Amino acid sequence: MASKRYAKVSKFKCVACGACESVCPLGVIKVYKGCYANVEAEKCAGCRKCENICPASSINSESRANG
Amino acid sequence: MKAKKKNKHWYDYLWIWSIIYFTLGFFNILFAWLGMIDFLLPIVLAAFGGNKFFCNHLCGRGQLYCKLGGNLKCSRNKATPKWMVSKWFRYGFLVFFLSMFANMVFQTYLVASGEESLRKAIKLFWTFRVPWSWTYSGSIFPDWVAQFSFGFYSLMLTSLLIGLIVMVLYKPRTWCVFCPMGTMTQAICKLKNRKHNM
Repeated sequence: MASKRYAKVSKFKCVACGACESVCPLGVIKVYKGCYANVEAEKCAGCRKCENICPASSINSESRANG
Repeated sequence: MKAKKKNKHWYDYLWIWSIIYFTLGFFNILFAWLGMIDFLLPIVLAAFGGNKFFCNHLCGRGQLYCKLGGNLKCSRNKATPKWMVSKWFRYGFLVFFLSMFANMVFQTYLVASGEESLRKAIKLFWTFRVPWSWTYSGSIFPDWVAQFSFGFYSLMLTSLLIGLIVMVLYKPRTWCVFCPMGTMTQAICKLKNRKHNM
């Protein structure tokens, strides 16, 4: 079952440092081609570890639309 | 959902390299040249691989900030100020840093051409001169090699200290937001992959 929340990255703010990638317990957030972090939203557990570590405040947790 | 246990890689321990690098500079300044790896490798990986593998996995400094600020809780863990994350500050700092680098190369040139003599000191925050003469007492190399070492080590130590300050004040890896290498490699990657994004 999908979690209630998931991480959403602002491509504009992301500095592609990879801090999120190193803390994600599921390995579902990865830096895409050195440009920004990309989340496999359907697999995200919404633990907010990436949101907490992100130095650029580019990650927010969002509610899933279909609950 | 159960978390998979992540496999540790050899490069997860590169924070140790960061400590070794700065320690070596206290004994023999010529070791400062090893820092060129941290300068060239990210650019090579970005230019030819089109990725930030260096920042994401190989940056010992980023790992060190994570260890100190995260595991050892030496960070207030407050959000980085918005202006620090802004494009103008990031690119502004990159330009400033590169001009200071160019200045350092020019100082090296002056020593190489005999216009100036070797100064056995490092300069912190581009302002404060700190005597560092015990780390060099002649070598088989010409003086400019040592001059570059003092200049380069100054740059590395200054940026480490700035990183530590922002680590304490904000998030562990706040330095990564405006790290000149990070900004430069991201810009290269965005240029290389411009067809794929935005």
